[in-house]
Amino acid sequence: MPEQQLLDAEKGQAPVIGPGHTFATVTDKISSVVLTQRQPLMWFATLSTAFLLTMLLLLAVTVLFAKGTGIWGINMPVAWGFAITNFVWWIGIGHAGTLISAILLLLNQPWRNSINRFAEAMTIFAVACAGLFPILHLGRPWLFYWLIPYPNTMGVQPQFRSPLVWDVFAVTTYATVSVLFWFVGLLPDLATLRDRSQTRLGQMFYGMLAMGWRGSARHWRQHEVASLLLAGLATPLVLSVHTVVSFDFTIAILPGWHSTIFPPYFVAGAIYSGFAMVLVLAIPLRAAYGLGDLITMRHLDNSAKVMLGTGLIVAYSYLMEAFMAWYSGVGVEKFLMLNRMTGPYAEQFWMLVSCNIVIIQLLWFRKVRQNTLALFGISIVVLIGMWLERYVIIVTSLHRDFLPSSWGMFHPTRWDWATYTGTIGLFLLLFFLFVRLLPMISIFEVRTLLPEARVKEETRA
Amino acid sequence: MKNYEYLDLAAVRARLASARGREYWRSLEELAETEGFTDFLEREFPRQASVLEEGPGRRQFLKLMGASLALAGLTACTRQPAEEILPYVRQPEELVPGKPLFFATAMPVSGVATGLLVESHEGRPTKVEGNPQHPASLGATGVEAQASILTLYDPDRSQTLSYLGEIRSWAAFLGAIRQALDAQRGKQGAGLRILTETVTSPTLADQIQSILKLYPAARWYQWEPAGSRAARTASLQAFGQPVNTYYRLDNAAVIVSLDADFLTCGPAATRYAHDFAARRRVRGNQTAMNRLYVVESAMTATGGKADHRLPLRPSEIERYAAALAQAVGTPGAGPAQGGWPDQWIGAVARDLQRNRGNCAVIPGEHASPAVHVLAQQMNQALGNAGRTVIHTDPLEARPADEIEELRGLVNDLNSGVVDLLVMVGGNPVFTAPADLKFKEALGKARTRVHLSLYDDETSALCHWHVPETHYLEAWSDTRAFDGTVSIMQPLIAPLYRGRSAHELLTTLTEQFERSGYDIVRDYWRRRSPAADFEAWWRRALHDGVVPNTALPPKTVAVKSGPPASRPARSGIEIAFRPDPYLYDGRFANNGWLQELPRPMSKLSWDNAVHVAPATAEKLGLQSEDLVELRFQGRTVTAPVWISPGQAPDSVTVHYGFGRTRAGKVGNGAGFNAYALRSSSAMWNGAGVEIRKTGRKYRLATTQNHHSMQGRHLAISGEAGEYRKNPRFARDLAKEPPPSLTLYPEWKYEGAAWGMAIDLTACVNCNACVVACQSENNIPVVGKEQVGRGREMHWLRVDTYFKGSPDDPSAVYQPVPCMHCETAPCELVCPVQATAHSSEGLNDMVYNRCVGTRYCSNNCPYKVRRFNFFRFADWDTPSLQPMYNPDVTVRSRGVMEKCTYCVQRIREAQITAKREDRGVRDGEIQTACQQACPTQAIVFGDINDKNSRVARLKGEPLNYSMLAELNTRPRTTYLAELRNPNPEMGEPGQGDIPAGLRRERT
Repeated sequence: MPEQQLLDAEKGQAPVIGPGHTFATVTDKISSVVLTQRQPLMWFATLSTAFLLTMLLLLAVTVLFAKGTGIWGINMPVAWGFAITNFVWWIGIGHAGTLISAILLLLNQPWRNSINRFAEAMTIFAVACAGLFPILHLGRPWLFYWLIPYPNTMGVQPQFRSPLVWDVFAVTTYATVSVLFWFVGLLPDLATLRDRSQTRLGQMFYGMLAMGWRGSARHWRQHEVASLLLAGLATPLVLSVHTVVSFDFTIAILPGWHSTIFPPYFVAGAIYSGFAMVLVLAIPLRAAYGLGDLITMRHLDNSAKVMLGTGLIVAYSYLMEAFMAWYSGVGVEKFLMLNRMTGPYAEQFWMLVSCNIVIIQLLWFRKVRQNTLALFGISIVVLIGMWLERYVIIVTSLHRDFLPSSWGMFHPTRWDWATYTGTIGLFLLLFFLFVRLLPMISIFEVRTLLPEARVKEETRA
Repeated sequence: MKNYEYLDLAAVRARLASARGREYWRSLEELAETEGFTDFLEREFPRQASVLEEGPGRRQFLKLMGASLALAGLTACTRQPAEEILPYVRQPEELVPGKPLFFATAMPVSGVATGLLVESHEGRPTKVEGNPQHPASLGATGVEAQASILTLYDPDRSQTLSYLGEIRSWAAFLGAIRQALDAQRGKQGAGLRILTETVTSPTLADQIQSILKLYPAARWYQWEPAGSRAARTASLQAFGQPVNTYYRLDNAAVIVSLDADFLTCGPAATRYAHDFAARRRVRGNQTAMNRLYVVESAMTATGGKADHRLPLRPSEIERYAAALAQAVGTPGAGPAQGGWPDQWIGAVARDLQRNRGNCAVIPGEHASPAVHVLAQQMNQALGNAGRTVIHTDPLEARPADEIEELRGLVNDLNSGVVDLLVMVGGNPVFTAPADLKFKEALGKARTRVHLSLYDDETSALCHWHVPETHYLEAWSDTRAFDGTVSIMQPLIAPLYRGRSAHELLTTLTEQFERSGYDIVRDYWRRRSPAADFEAWWRRALHDGVVPNTALPPKTVAVKSGPPASRPARSGIEIAFRPDPYLYDGRFANNGWLQELPRPMSKLSWDNAVHVAPATAEKLGLQSEDLVELRFQGRTVTAPVWISPGQAPDSVTVHYGFGRTRAGKVGNGAGFNAYALRSSSAMWNGAGVEIRKTGRKYRLATTQNHHSMQGRHLAISGEAGEYRKNPRFARDLAKEPPPSLTLYPEWKYEGAAWGMAIDLTACVNCNACVVACQSENNIPVVGKEQVGRGREMHWLRVDTYFKGSPDDPSAVYQPVPCMHCETAPCELVCPVQATAHSSEGLNDMVYNRCVGTRYCSNNCPYKVRRFNFFRFADWDTPSLQPMYNPDVTVRSRGVMEKCTYCVQRIREAQITAKREDRGVRDGEIQTACQQACPTQAIVFGDINDKNSRVARLKGEPLNYSMLAELNTRPRTTYLAELRNPNPEMGEPGQGDIPAGLRRERT
């Protein structure tokens, strides 16, 4: 196996960058994807599928706006269904990008350099998809801005005790910081593309985006400071955004929602699903564009380990949830847990347990972690599992709460599915446009991984 | 393309308003000739455009069209009856816009009436309330009266007189009738037949008598699909004369019901429920309660309320009645054995005998005549006659056996002697017993006339269809269950030029063109005992009852011995019952009634074959299985519903569904059980076959789970336990101490509104739900949406079963918004669309709601309702006058819920302020409270320590549902108490040894 040969003999780990690269080869390789290379078949195939799904999303949203949220399967008592499930899922996926770019930067983990760019892009597109749902799920979506405090003639402000208002702040802050961080990180590479572009259009496009980057020492210094500051800003967001999202549930008095374990559990779950998405994107990309020497087995291995770690936290949370339901001695809590495990949604619950707890135990084995196909499969399973987790939390808690007279069931309609798969399409569409138009791997950061870069620094010191 | 100038209607209206008399018309002509208007016309009526261009007729046509269009668009549309009608409560100098008036009238169903007060806004009736002075109402109403306002405005009502489906004028009809009558004159009316429903109206009876005097050979028949034939037949057998029997339950300490759903069905149900509940209230040291035994085949609301209930097949009920009669000492009754526990004879008989003269045995309207005879014999033997059981002369103008009547008509038809058949109301083609083949016979009448609210199944087979007036549009008179006469006055002029029964029948007399007002007034002018008729008339209209018209009680002796005992029938028995809301099918096009969940099954928009759980298991049936039901050689396909408490080896079907020409709402809902009903088995029969088809049929229910899961939600206990520990409900409800919060207590300076609901009194009649729907403009969503769990009722009556599914007891719990002091919904709304008022109301601001639905998720009582679509009907013009102008019609995407009828609170507060006083206790009644027959719901100011609601909240039985959540609801419940007979030896049905009872979902 070629992958095996890349193993670092000393540490038993793959290197973060393949052998034989120089500054020039790195720049050539990454910029050629955008500037000169013919796009592989996979790009066309994915993009066209994603485009069709995006059109489906447009159709679903048009019907939704024309008719009302009744086209979905939600009802009384299950007033939240797919929309909020999808919202939490997408937001969670975004977390891996921020974690990689911000926390790992602060923790001085250089291996992150080759995956942070597309992980950040993934964050932004995931947040974009997530941000759609709170608006779409409103009964009167055209009034969504009432959740934002602004001076108005009605003299009414949002109700700041409601976690939905906190959500607005959390998500918009997150989106803003993520976009800024991403864009600042892109500047040197945009300049590289500007300089290398052979067409007038490309020179104009990248030139404008590069904002006059000339690569002077002063530029570099300020760039570094800005990156560190933004990383510092983004770091607490990794923890706070999903904590606030989990407040959407914990603030309620509903059994199954009203729980103090949710914030850490949600953050862990977010990173868990985020890394799964990183792998789902990275594995085909490196295969299609031959980037195996830049996104090495080391990256995949590390991501898999993060997944395993966060997966175990998630498993612990499930266990604690069940334990606390029993330990509390509260009848409705006990009933809820029992109903999750044996009620009408037991299938989904056990599927989520097998996806999120059982199957990832395979990642203990190096052989599995070294097998890209297996990793890809497991990541997909984790994504499904994490989606199911939110679905189970929302639907099983709502469908049988305090009064048996008001119990009901949730059955998704085709519009539920259309909206959900539509956002997957939108996400992929944006992502593959990004792959085509911008360097998916940070050129200048990967160059710092090269031995040449290290030597210089050492000699200077 | 020609650039059209849009017609400025506002300008036109202003122009017309400034013009007068001749000038006015001139303006109209001018208007009709302006270019803008012709363009407007062409655009509105493109098909007429070519006609308009053609020469000579054009000018004339335009003028007419212009005038009528302008008038239709520009005039006010109040439709007041021309005659004087009298407001009930207030009689203002003139109508004050925005101030509703109340008029007394009455609603007859099958001839027997409930007295009503109808709220009218600027001439539009909008809400029906009970008339406190009327014996059948005492201020409350049933479901049908509440919903009747929707029928009035139903856009599917027949709107034109027609001949073979073509529109005709009244004059043309009159001409045809007179011609047909001329032919009859020679033969004394031998070819004239009149078919009516049960007639109790004195005026109508008088009219028919005069017609029969004019045409002595003519015949008058009465047909009533849900009539009280059994009681009538039995009274002939037992007393040798037709007798009307009613019960004074306010005198009854022990009640035995033999298949009688007397609390929710029948013309006196509202009154019976009132009297029943009045003897069941336990307050402080007053711990005496009446006791109710129910023996029945299907689980009814009355059966669920019983202290002891015995499910028996209809034929067994007859045998049980015989056995009980023997045990209470009815002479000559033979012993009978059956599948009931011994104490059901011994203990029940002893209980009855202990309460001689203070008990009542009530036979079901639809039980066999033998049961009726036995019941009256028992009442006689127990000395109840004259005390709890009142006999009077019959209410009907001419008591008749409806089956024999219809059979007579069919025979006449088949013999070909009928030239002119006049059918006044009713829908016999749909409702006639299947074996009489009425539909086939009908075609043999040479001229058929049908007066009806709807162009229905019968109208389709008649030559002439005459649209009937709704009872709120017509003058008439009617009788209550005790004979009390009410004169019905119209609230609105007929919306569709309908004719009342009086106005139709008068065409058969010499005075063939008289208004209903003249007919009714003339009749009473002749009959009125008063010297000053005008004063008498005004009084009668004002009060809604004619004084001293209740039929005097009479003493009748049981002449016959007990009926011969019949052996229990073999095979599966079938019972036919009218639907609790649609009745015999006449209300099938009423969306409120279709959607209203049936009391026990909570089924909406459908009827079903009710099967006992044990029988279903035996036959391998499940709910929603489509089965073929075969009875006496006739077959229908119907869905199964497994009903806990249904007698084993029996099925119950409700007729009234399965209409084909009911209208847009009623068509296709449910299956037609009349197709199985024959004259030999009108109510009960044996030998029904059930065959599975293997298909499924989706039924919509509003409540899928009927077990409380051991939670203390609708708490019920027994009278004995109450005496030991009156606070048992509070002990179970576990209210947290008020100190359990960091925040200081909010002080309510003015009023603090609250509600107390007495579960002992609730009989699950659902009148409150429809009253709420009518008061608060609550939309109908249809079966599909109900099936998805999106019904909009702000108030629901939860029904929980306890005990084994074969023989459960039931608890009913009306659930409106709790208006929690610490409302979970308010905390989570991001836009402050639901907020607390200074009087403690949990207000919903529709305009502010963006529809996150989080409030509903966080509501533990799940009383919030969401407009997933635009459920409200904004488009149907005829429905618009129906809406309560004091309540917003909600749009899509907003949440709504019970407001404690805040519009009524504000109205009373404004009135009080103008009169410079405080709001009096009882001045504000919520719609549900006002409709409630048993006064189970009490609303008021809990800051006023002397208010009824504050005193009820001080009762030891008072508890908060889900108190442990510390929501501190303003709506609290008084735990249900039952009064089981210790001798019956059954385990108590109370909630006391909590969570230990067998419960199944």
